[in-house]
This record gives sequence, C-alpha cells and structure tokens, in this order.
Amino acid sequence: MLSLKGQLPDNIVTTKVDDVLNWARASSLWYLLFGLACCGIELMQTGGPRSDWDRFGAVFRATPRQSDLMIVAGTLTYKMALRTKILYEQMPEPKYVISMGSCANCGGLFQLAYSVVKGVDKIIPVDVYVPGCPPRPEALTQGLLKIQEKMMKEKFARRAA
Amino acid sequence: MSFEELIQTLQGKFGAESLVTTTDRAGDPFVMVPAAKIVEILTFCRDDASLAFDCLSNLTGVDAPPDDAEVVYHLFSYSKKHSLTCKVRVPKSNPHVSSVEKIYPTANWQEREAFDLIGIIFDGHSDLRRIMLPEDWIGHPLRKDYKEAADYHGISTSRPSLLYPEKG
Amino acid sequence: MLFNFANVLVFILVGGGFVAVSLFLSRLLRPSFPTPEKEMIYECGEIPIGGAWINYNLRYYLVAITFVIFDVEIAFVYPVATVFKKWIAEGRGLIAFTEIMIFALILLVGLLYVWVKGDLQWFKRIVPGEALSKGTPAQASQVVS
Repeated sequence: MLSLKGQLPDNIVTTKVDDVLNWARASSLWYLLFGLACCGIELMQTGGPRSDWDRFGAVFRATPRQSDLMIVAGTLTYKMALRTKILYEQMPEPKYVISMGSCANCGGLFQLAYSVVKGVDKIIPVDVYVPGCPPRPEALTQGLLKIQEKMMKEKFARRAA
Repeated sequence: MSFEELIQTLQGKFGAESLVTTTDRAGDPFVMVPAAKIVEILTFCRDDASLAFDCLSNLTGVDAPPDDAEVVYHLFSYSKKHSLTCKVRVPKSNPHVSSVEKIYPTANWQEREAFDLIGIIFDGHSDLRRIMLPEDWIGHPLRKDYKEAADYHGISTSRPSLLYPEKG
Repeated sequence: MLFNFANVLVFILVGGGFVAVSLFLSRLLRPSFPTPEKEMIYECGEIPIGGAWINYNLRYYLVAITFVIFDVEIAFVYPVATVFKKWIAEGRGLIAFTEIMIFALILLVGLLYVWVKGDLQWFKRIVPGEALSKGTPAQASQVVS
C-alpha cells in the first residue's frame, strides 16, 4: 500500500517534514463532544466564547468519524462503558483521549457506587488526565496544550526509534 | 379532602379491615393496601368523582429487611388538590404485585425502576426489563444485602487507592 | 472559435487536478488500520440493527413536489414576461395575456385541490382525545395526526 509512514531516514529535512505534519495536526484538533455529566457543561463553556478553543483550531464534532480527540467529560457508568468503547474504536487514527474531571479519572465522588466505572482508563487508553470537579477552563486548556506537546514530539514520516 | 375523609371514602367502598392506617409515625400519613386489591383500589381512586386522582406522581420500591419489600404509590389530584399515599407490602420470597400500568401509563417506567433496583416483579407489565442498569446485570443493588460483583465483563469494579495502597 | 473554450479546459484541469492532488497526498500521509469495530455503522455507540437507509416521512415529499410544480410554473412565466412588451407593440398583447392566464388558472385549480385536501399544513387534523380521569378537563388531552 502506498504510504509515507515510517519510510524516511532521520535527517534535518525529514525532521522539518514531521514538524510540519505534527503542527498541522496539533493546530486542528477536532474533539468529540462526549459530555456525560456535569463536566460536559464545563466542556461546552471551555469551547465557548470566554475561554475560546476555536483559537487553537479545536472545534467540536458530534461524530467520532471526524474527530481525533475524545474528551471523556463526566461519570462513566457500566451501561455507557460499552458505547464508549465502540465510539473510541470508531475514531480514525491517530487518536487521543483526555480524561476530564475526577469521575473520568478514577470514579471521583462516586467511587463507592455500584454503577460507576472507576475511571475511564479501565476501558480505553488515556493520554492526559485533567483533575478537577469540574476542571476550570484554564485547566482543561492546559490539558489540550499538553496533548499538542505530545503530538509535536511524534515521528510520523521518520522511522520510529 | 383531608386524609381522614379520603380514608373513609375508601373504607366505605372496600371495607375497613383491609385498609390499615397508622397514626403514630412521623411524616405523611399512608394507608397499607393488600397486594391483591391494589388495581381495584387505584382504579376507584382514578374514576371516582369525589376522589379524582388523575396523577400517579410517584411509584417507588422500598426494601424492608429482612424479608419484605414495599411498593409506595403517591397519588395526586389536579382538580381537587389533595394527595394520598398507599403502600403495598410483599415478601421477597414471592415479590409479585399487579401492575398499575393500565390505570396510570406513567407507571410503566416507575415499575421498571422498582424492578431494576429492588427486584419486585409486576404482573401484567408490558415490558418489564431493567431501566437504569445494563440488561445483563446480576442482582438488585438497592437491597440491603446486595454484594457488588468483582468485575463486570472484565472491567474490575475496584480501584487501588493511591493514598492508602495497603488497603487495596 | 474553438480556441475560446481553452479557458474552460484549463479551468477543468486545474479544478480536477487540485482535488486529485490533495486526495493523493492524503492517501500517502494517512495511517490506515481498519478493524471490524471501526467499520461498523455509526449509531451513537449502540450496536446497529439493520441498515442505515431509512424511509423518510411522506410529508416531506408532498412539500417538495408542491414546490417543484409551482417553481416550474414560474419558470414558464419568465419567457412570456421578457417578450410581453414586444408583443404589445405588435398588437398581439391580448393573445399573450389570455394564454398565460389560462396556464396560471389551470395550475390554480391544482393549488385549490392541494389546499382543500389539507396538504399545505404539516398536521392534517387535531382531534380532542379522551380524558384520563373524570376530574381532568377535556382540553388537557389532544391527539394529533
């Protein structure tokens, strides 16, 4: 199959190629609107006018097919866990996950409840955990910037070390 | 109509021995109804012109350990502005109560919730399945003797604490 | 004279080439890991039952066909309007007017039919439903179809 992935040697030119590709990807991180509970309201407001995410190029998408970042905002229940897994699988590579709020990090306030999954990383791999109940927009924006930093370090066209 | 007048109307129709009220408890007064008669009594409450209970505002299941479970019906009348609380008590070894879905359609989801969380089975319900928990959940969580399973489809239900690692 | 169409050819080639080059570059650069879960029909996370093509509500078709008919009628009136002044100057204005009026009147009959049948409204009838209990007023329950 015709593909440039991992084909190029590691020199100054291909570093720049990878830089450009990573910069293009990091500057247009479209996130899946996955607000499950109260953190969802904060997620909507973080994407709203005051702490604007559109300036990072991050717009919300309602469908996993068009998104490359999944922000799990809210309490995950066992009933929702199956659907979350399916939605994560339906996102195209390369994909990233931010776990927003205490409920998504570890079960949070509802750790002793029978119906709550104790952290979304029990079912999908998480890249950045943002603590808070709910996290302030500045905190969530820092989480987004950390994902951008992670993306800038990736080797796509160059062979991975 | 006050609670005493409502009870007198009901007892006049159904007999005083089957409708038991308690006056020595704090909180709203309620009437204990035998489980076999609940459909008749609620139909009468809805259709009688002086009672006119057109709204079943709540239907809840309650666990009454060690052996029984209760179903609590809160009725309200928009035209007459009075309310009534009825309770039905069934043993957990045979937790069957007739469904009142044909009388008040809102009981559809309320009875599914009582079935899901306490395990009371409503005979005559059109679609009795779990409403809040996944369909293949085992156990009824709001019973006092419910024990959480170790995992659900491979997702473990506990998380080791970071502050107190020795506690697990 | 054919040389004037060279512009059009260049436009077609540049436009088509733009699309083709972008898609080809994307094909070179993107990762591709198809899995069965990824290729499932998207149904908000649920396991899909059946295909993704569903029947539309019939009322959309009625609205669309009514619009198309009267839109075509307007399209037919336009040429008449452009030459109307010329025909009046030649003395044949009355003929043109009568013809276009007959055309519009035939379609007006169609409009009246659609109106009377109730197809211009989204809901055709609203009937009062029966009250749930004797104390509830009749207007509290209505059935719409």
